[in-house]
Amino acid sequence: MDMKTANKKMSAKDKYRLLTRDLSWEPSYRTEEEIFPYLAYEGLKIHDWNKWEDPFRLTMDAYWKYQAEKERKFYAIIDAHAQNNGHLNITDARYLSALKIFLQAISPGEYAAHKGFARAGREFRGVGTQVACQMQAIDEIRHAQTQIHALSNYNKFYNGFHAFADQRDRIWYTSVARSFFDDAMSAGPFEFMIAIGFSFEYVLTNLLFVPFMSGAAYNGDMATVTFGFSAQSDEARHMTLGLECIKFMLEQDPDNLPIVQGWIDKWFWRGFRVLGLVSTMMDYMLPKRVMSWREAWEIYGAENGGALFKDLARYGIRPPKGWDDAEAGIDHMSHQFMLGLYQWSFGTSFHAWIPSDEDLQWLSAKYPTTFDKYYRPRWEHIKKLEAAGTPFKNYGLAKLCQCCQLPTVFTEPADPTLICHREVEYKGDKYHFCSDHCMSIFDNEPEKYIQAWLPMPALFQEPTNGDLGAWMDWVSLKDGQDNGDFADSQDRRNFEMWRGMATSNQ
Amino acid sequence: MSTVFIALQTNEETRPIIEAIEMDNPEAVVNREPAMVKINAPGRLVIRRETIEEQLGRSFDMQELNINLITLSGNVVEDEDSLTLTWGN
Amino acid sequence: MHIDLRTVSIQPLRQTFDHLARRFGDKPSSRYQEGSYDIQPVENLHYRPTWDPDQVLYDASITKIVMNDWYALKDPRQFYYSTYTLARARQQENTEANFSFVETRGLADMLPDDLRRRALDLLVPLRHAAWGANLNNTFICSYGYGTVFTQPCMYHAMDNLGTAQYLSRIGLLLGGTEALEDGKAAWMDGDAWQGLRRYTEDCLVVRDPFELFVAQNVALDGLLYPLVYERIVDDQFAANGGSVVAMLSQFMSDWFDETRKWVDAVMKVAAAESEQNREQLQVWTSAWRDRAAAALLPVIEQVFAGQADEVMGEQLAAFKARLDKTGVVV
Repeated sequence: MDMKTANKKMSAKDKYRLLTRDLSWEPSYRTEEEIFPYLAYEGLKIHDWNKWEDPFRLTMDAYWKYQAEKERKFYAIIDAHAQNNGHLNITDARYLSALKIFLQAISPGEYAAHKGFARAGREFRGVGTQVACQMQAIDEIRHAQTQIHALSNYNKFYNGFHAFADQRDRIWYTSVARSFFDDAMSAGPFEFMIAIGFSFEYVLTNLLFVPFMSGAAYNGDMATVTFGFSAQSDEARHMTLGLECIKFMLEQDPDNLPIVQGWIDKWFWRGFRVLGLVSTMMDYMLPKRVMSWREAWEIYGAENGGALFKDLARYGIRPPKGWDDAEAGIDHMSHQFMLGLYQWSFGTSFHAWIPSDEDLQWLSAKYPTTFDKYYRPRWEHIKKLEAAGTPFKNYGLAKLCQCCQLPTVFTEPADPTLICHREVEYKGDKYHFCSDHCMSIFDNEPEKYIQAWLPMPALFQEPTNGDLGAWMDWVSLKDGQDNGDFADSQDRRNFEMWRGMATSNQ
Repeated sequence: MSTVFIALQTNEETRPIIEAIEMDNPEAVVNREPAMVKINAPGRLVIRRETIEEQLGRSFDMQELNINLITLSGNVVEDEDSLTLTWGN
Repeated sequence: MHIDLRTVSIQPLRQTFDHLARRFGDKPSSRYQEGSYDIQPVENLHYRPTWDPDQVLYDASITKIVMNDWYALKDPRQFYYSTYTLARARQQENTEANFSFVETRGLADMLPDDLRRRALDLLVPLRHAAWGANLNNTFICSYGYGTVFTQPCMYHAMDNLGTAQYLSRIGLLLGGTEALEDGKAAWMDGDAWQGLRRYTEDCLVVRDPFELFVAQNVALDGLLYPLVYERIVDDQFAANGGSVVAMLSQFMSDWFDETRKWVDAVMKVAAAESEQNREQLQVWTSAWRDRAAAALLPVIEQVFAGQADEVMGEQLAAFKARLDKTGVVV
């Protein structure tokens, strides 16, 4: 037998089957139920795990080879960026707020995804699914680490980055992203896949990374562009995993459809709310803007998501229930959220500011139907207060949504002048919500969501007992440095001084 | 017809790949954005190894695409000769 | 506008992140420290897992091992994703060169038939054991506590998968797809393999991550790798005209040399933490070692026949000497 020729003839698919799919076996000393105890309780019916299709058939040798190449490129750029004071290349220091939010809220999400996919990679049956999840698990820790490494040099020169690990678990606005990932991880393996693999990775991740990273490129931040695009190259694999997974669930049994549809409804809305942070980053925090949140939504949300759900219609899947309300919110959300951040900037480990006249003009042009009508007047009013020496601060506590944990600053889908607020009474307690969709997520699993840790009430409990200074200590927020208006911040002074040193002979 | 797309980093390595995609997909539209090239096509986009190899002048493994890939949209079918993106509607 | 920013000398405001300054002082941190310490959520977790409401999402109490600080379990290799991946990329390049050397020169065809059969009988079923190891290390990463302990387990799991794939390629190269079919049949029904398969399946139901670490990485692999790759492949086969097999499995020998340093460091620190930990580790290690030795005996009998007991005895003595240094006396 001439094995050499026999090997050569093998197709990539056959080879992958032998090298990967064929590794598992039917256990006989232990039962399937003992080995995979979490597969049944969600009610999904899977008849044949072998029907799983692997779109990218990476064996470990190829994985190591190509990922190492990405890593070499990435760290070469990060090293050069640190050595050459690359941070002074950014357009201006306002841009850093976006990076601070990213490190405090998004990078921990990468870590959570790492853990979650490791669990899915163990709890799922079927080698194809397991290996795809495991590769994503190791990719996700890569993302957490490359982000910390890329932003580490900024931390040396600017405020607001230094306590990201403390603030991940304690400060109020990071709870939005963390509750999202905690929600997914506390769900079963199938729901986790729909939550993160499908809804987040496929439907929403492009909205997070692609326009934002293009924005970083426009604003001279090579470190962020590099981690963003480098992470995104793994994301293409992850998105495909998410899509294959949902097709697999739907093809296995018609009874899976209503369960999967329910999860899509839930997780689309959960993800959309998390992206509220990104809308503000795009519309307000990039000094030089690449596209508006509305434009990004058109390309990566409406068009791409539209194509996806049209494609999935053959399985009986319809677009998520919250889709229309999301669409109705697109022209409002970034403004509503930035107004909130400005008034609560005493409690954020990043700076907010009043948009300049030029910014206001840009926003008017990008949001012709909403900005001048609803939001410009509010900014003008805030500007007047500022000029009069009585800047607008809201030291009252934001009312947070029990589900998404965002302050209830959003308006009714049909009436942008009316704050949307919903209330539910459950077992004698009142719970507040920002929208119908968040309320219905609660209604479906009240015993889960009553457990939510709400950072605002926590302010009145041990160890801070309502003392704002003690709370700042507890969340490692340095008053007067990390928080407040950008206009009179140390970050701004330092950046302008250092940049001056670089561009003059003084 | 829904749009499929693929986005690659802008660099020397992707230039021949983008040329190959343009040759194999006359209907594709190439958008050059900061640090990124995004190629849209109606319904279907195919990336062929042979065409890339002709542009590169060396052999090419389809999995090398992973290195410079930013994102894509559509159902993916990959084997050693090609990668195809489709929306079935 | 291009600015020459290199010429600007500015004083940093701080050297590192707060959580690292608390651990190591306000000085520049290594990338291992930045990418590993305190990056797992600790408190104010939102919801209990629906799959096991008795646990919390990151739960140190799933295991019987108790650590005051789980971040004491430092990986002496200081692997974070990048250093890990670069190390393995170099090794895979080397392995690829070895495979290609053997393939292009037709060296596999020159292997004596008897040796080829013995190599296939021994190595091919082990790809299933390596797959079991992959699932077990994925489990330890999933439910273990503290990133410095859990991240190397994910790397270890991917290594286990790589090993399973290299073993499959050795099977294909030496015996074609038939060899893989025969290997799987032996794993499922062959007498020599049932102990090991039972051991592996029993590990798959252990849900204490640290006990699983002991069962898989300390006890089983601590005996399997030196027996199979050192004593049989590198010594026995190579001495009988089978250097080709040693060449093709070099990844596995190098890997064991490297990873045992990490495994030993974990055992040493965990045992030194408390008498209670030490006793627990001793109980686990002894029990799983005895089972592993019994499971592996029929496997090596295929090669050593009547001398297998003696070989196993020597290996158990070496295992004991190794563990002694970690403070775990078995």
